[in-house]
Amino acid sequence: MTTDISILIVDDEESVRNSLHDWFMEDGYQVACAENAKEALSILESKNYDIILADIKMPGMDGMEMHRRIRSLNKDSIVIIMTAFASVSTAVQALKDGAYDYITKPFDPDDLSHLIRNAANQISLKAENEALRNRVVSLEDVEDLIGNSEAMKRVLKEVERVTQSSSPVIITGESGTGKELIARAIHSNSPRKFFPMVSVHCGALSESLLESELFGHEKGAFTGAMYNRKGRFEMADGGSIFLDEIATISSKMQIELLRVLETKTFMRVGGNKEISSDFRVICATNRDLKQMVQIGTFREDLFYRLNVVNITIPPLRERIEDIPLLVDYFINKYCKSMSREVISVDQAVLKRLAEYDFPGNVRELENMIERAIVVGNYKEIRLKDLPFERDLVSSSVESLSDLEKRHIIQILEKYNWNISRSAKALKVDRVTLYNKIKKYDLAPAK
Amino acid sequence: MEKDSILLITHGHFEKEFLDRTAILVAREFRLPITIKENHSDLSEFYDPTRRQYDGHKLLQDIDARYSSSSMIRVGLFRVDLFIPILTFIFGQAAFNGSTGVASLYRLRNEQYGIKKNEALLLERFSKVIIHEIGHAMGLIHCHIPGCVMQPSTYVEDIDQKNHEFCPNCRHKIDLF
Repeated sequence: MTTDISILIVDDEESVRNSLHDWFMEDGYQVACAENAKEALSILESKNYDIILADIKMPGMDGMEMHRRIRSLNKDSIVIIMTAFASVSTAVQALKDGAYDYITKPFDPDDLSHLIRNAANQISLKAENEALRNRVVSLEDVEDLIGNSEAMKRVLKEVERVTQSSSPVIITGESGTGKELIARAIHSNSPRKFFPMVSVHCGALSESLLESELFGHEKGAFTGAMYNRKGRFEMADGGSIFLDEIATISSKMQIELLRVLETKTFMRVGGNKEISSDFRVICATNRDLKQMVQIGTFREDLFYRLNVVNITIPPLRERIEDIPLLVDYFINKYCKSMSREVISVDQAVLKRLAEYDFPGNVRELENMIERAIVVGNYKEIRLKDLPFERDLVSSSVESLSDLEKRHIIQILEKYNWNISRSAKALKVDRVTLYNKIKKYDLAPAK
Repeated sequence: MEKDSILLITHGHFEKEFLDRTAILVAREFRLPITIKENHSDLSEFYDPTRRQYDGHKLLQDIDARYSSSSMIRVGLFRVDLFIPILTFIFGQAAFNGSTGVASLYRLRNEQYGIKKNEALLLERFSKVIIHEIGHAMGLIHCHIPGCVMQPSTYVEDIDQKNHEFCPNCRHKIDLF
């Protein structure tokens, strides 16, 4: 099996150079020789070698000096020092100077074999690590923020502006606009990208669960706490923590969170040791936090602590020019994941999508496209493959009052039962809306 | 002497039957006629008194110079302990992509490791080392496919782990040679 690993042998004895040359050639390595340090350094100026086997005793510049010069050339080569004189002090010095290892002549064939194999493994691991890192970066980049509209360009500019700092960020936008994607984009383009981005969906957890999730807990802190567990703040050390649906956290958690943000230290539930963690906080909400502060449901001090940078993502209906791009992107994504050929899209579909107001935003569009690919004819997405066409057909058998009731519920839920905003959206006055609510016996879902 | 043949040159005394059986195993793998020649010349000039071993590199050069026109590949067979300057010992050595090799019985014997003598095992090991070195002379590098005769061996037990045969990849390269 030939290998890409290259080895440079530096020794003033010809017989040693030849022996090693033949030995490594038989192993399939790419081998070159130099008879002194000067020649080796001049070879290294024009070509990199993965492994350099250098004799310690050479006329002129010795192996140790050569090694120091190789380091100053900023070469990544692994240097193995060889000598006929076994001396602990020289070995220690070589290792202190960053040599990979030290071997005494003559070598046991097995020792030499192992040494080179381990060095080659280290080189492969390093290359693999580098490739994976690049892949991680490209993967993060691929979690695409699709959009060419002015509104999206403004958002992307904001993202670019905040990546290099560690200031807290609040991302606001309707549900399905891609708040987590923006958070990922901020994280993956920041200097923290090689550390984790830990996400917590605050709305999905009760107060006590959220507390244990964020701060971790000690064994025995509560019933069922059978082991010590790290919290999300601890896991995000060096990276970012993404707190989704931040508006849903309780007043007690708001106080706790404020304290953590101010000190970057906390204690696990049931613990008595202060833990510090270096994280960047990125929050997201679809609620108006400023209004919540005004009505007293969100702490003002926490709001100002979090609201250093605010990025607002426009709803999809305000950037309809992005719909064709998004449709193309989702078709490619899902056709690829289903191992199908990329299908086209009927112009009538794009026209219909542009007219639709997308209450579920990009997420709704994504689901529509995925569904259309699954149920469609494998060639193109047709109007009848889209779910809202079916809804219109089915609604035709409903009575007018049923239709009205359904629409009012939809709008009220969309505006969190804010009567003024809902009435405005329905283009009726508030009294009419109150009357309709009474007529249809509507109440907010608990 | 045939040009398309492998020449085995013995140095020191080898049993005829042992040599014949070695030749059969080597011939079977390369599908080439084998010629055996005895060399009774003095090896003292290749002896290194400080290491108390014989210089395999110099022996290789000597065989190459003496027998270069007599065969396609030639391998010197020895009973003495061989080394190359950088290694403590070798089982064998070949000029990579050349036409000459050397192989020694010395470190293949069980007795060397305090184990009971086993002539059949010795024959197996010796023929594998010869086939391996001829492989290098024909331009094959070490192969990591389990069982292939071109697997590297730094311990005598490593030789026992492999077969006499080439893996299909190495076989293909040998057939193209």
